[in-house]
Amino acid sequence: MIKFDNVSKRYGKKQILNKLSFEIPDGKFAVLIGPSGCGKTTTLKMINRLIEPDEGKIYIDGKDIESEDKVQLRRSIGYVIQQIGLFPNMTVAENICVVPKLLKYDKERCDQIVHDMLNMVGMPYDEYAGKYPNEMSGGQQQRIGVLRALAASPPIVLMDEPFGALDPLTREVLQDEMKKLQKKLNKTIVFVTHDMGEALKLADTIIFMEKGQIVQMAPPEEMLKNPSSSLVRSFLGKHSDGEMSSISVEDFMRTNIITVDQDRGILECTERMARSGVDTVVVVDEEDKYVGTVSIRDIKLRGMGENTIKPLISRNVQTVQRDGNAQECFDYLLNSGDNYVIVLNEDDTLAGIVTKNSMAKALSEALWG
Amino acid sequence: MSLKLLWEHLYIVICSEALAIAVGLPLGIICYLYPKPKKAIMQVVDILQTIPTLALLGIIMVFAGAGKITVIIGIALYSLLPIVRNTNLGLVQVNPGVKEAARGMGMSKMYRLFNVELPLAFPIVFTGIRIATVNAVGSAVFATFVGGGGIGFSIYNAIKAQNMGQLMKSTAALVIIAVALDFGMGLIEGSLHRGAEGKKKKGAHLSKKKA
Repeated sequence: MIKFDNVSKRYGKKQILNKLSFEIPDGKFAVLIGPSGCGKTTTLKMINRLIEPDEGKIYIDGKDIESEDKVQLRRSIGYVIQQIGLFPNMTVAENICVVPKLLKYDKERCDQIVHDMLNMVGMPYDEYAGKYPNEMSGGQQQRIGVLRALAASPPIVLMDEPFGALDPLTREVLQDEMKKLQKKLNKTIVFVTHDMGEALKLADTIIFMEKGQIVQMAPPEEMLKNPSSSLVRSFLGKHSDGEMSSISVEDFMRTNIITVDQDRGILECTERMARSGVDTVVVVDEEDKYVGTVSIRDIKLRGMGENTIKPLISRNVQTVQRDGNAQECFDYLLNSGDNYVIVLNEDDTLAGIVTKNSMAKALSEALWG
Repeated sequence: MSLKLLWEHLYIVICSEALAIAVGLPLGIICYLYPKPKKAIMQVVDILQTIPTLALLGIIMVFAGAGKITVIIGIALYSLLPIVRNTNLGLVQVNPGVKEAARGMGMSKMYRLFNVELPLAFPIVFTGIRIATVNAVGSAVFATFVGGGGIGFSIYNAIKAQNMGQLMKSTAALVIIAVALDFGMGLIEGSLHRGAEGKKKKGAHLSKKKA
């Protein structure tokens, strides 16, 4: 766990960080974001003591990092930077093994690490291990930059706009790889970016900073839903709820629904449920207008002695219009505990339903395309 | 002009450059590592360069007496400027991203210097040595005035005796040495620069040896 306790930093008159306090739990992907000059990079570089705070303490796993040897500390923390910074006079293999070598690992172990690392990102050892950085594309170089940071399996990896200088396509690919690697290796990652799309895609927690302070620290979904200031909202820009609210219910409702006519018998109704594997069916009248729902539970409890399902129909399920606001619909599903809402056309005929599943799908599509 | 004088001349050049490198390289590194003494060092080295050669040799002769030692010290002092300057410059201009990565990965200051910064700065350092060496070939002519011998002796005699043939031969020898050194070291320099960019050429081996 990384913990900042009232950390301040000033350069001359300019206050860079102002009593910054936060915690990043182990295994989390934390993204620092904010306008330039907000102190995000300074914050990052304090974790491996490239920059020292004027006031306050920083703890890693409860230990004050000030009491540790700088050089040793840095060897135990991975570091990836925007300029990539591969050593041009060393091969890929030598670059990956910089920290293992500093830690005095023997040659076989270093070799094994190079094999494992290259293997992990699908770069064949024979082809790449002997290459020099300038013989590779920017994307490949930064892949090696990431591997170099991971080589000695540090529990924490710091990344300072690592994909900022890459073309959008390569960036996407590397982001995906990074997310996968983090899941697989369970690292604590602190990542600086100014690209909200990147933050939303990668982060478990987004730490939004402005003028050396935290404006909002929240998971991506929470930040999308409740941006705490207009600045956060403007950063969220096209990713924000603003766009989502223009999506209407019909954009993500399900239309293949099991319906029965209100005059049908109970037996027929239960058989239909059994065949389709559902526990509730939607009841409509002759004109296909929505009447209500019948669940298997209702039939069990009150179905004795009835012939048709008409008396059992419940009208408790929430209905929305098909051109209704998707956000309201989502809010309702999140807060009410209901598993679905019924979507109606203008003439009250049945259009479809929205389940929690379809909601999750729509959200993930909006976030990650 | 004899072969002996030519060897003498080369001997003076080589010894003075060795001395200049031995002193200049550490000074350049100190300038890079510690900004405070940098200004003082640079100023002294600059001033040395402005003293006329004969005057400088004269001053040294007061302490070291007449002979090769005086010339070698004198030319070494002259050679300091390009070597110190280029060492410092080469180290300063190593890609900041590479430097930051080295720092962030936990390399100590000295490890960084010897394994990353100096190997990458070496092509520019070598350029400084090349300039100094070629200059030294010319400066070493003054050796004869403080009893150091070399091609200068032959030129001086030729002028006194108005022996144009000898004068031409001596001067030609001087020019050939200078041009040959410049060309040879230029070739090495070129391959170093390519090496520093990471091609599988020379230069790469500098740090690979360590690996």
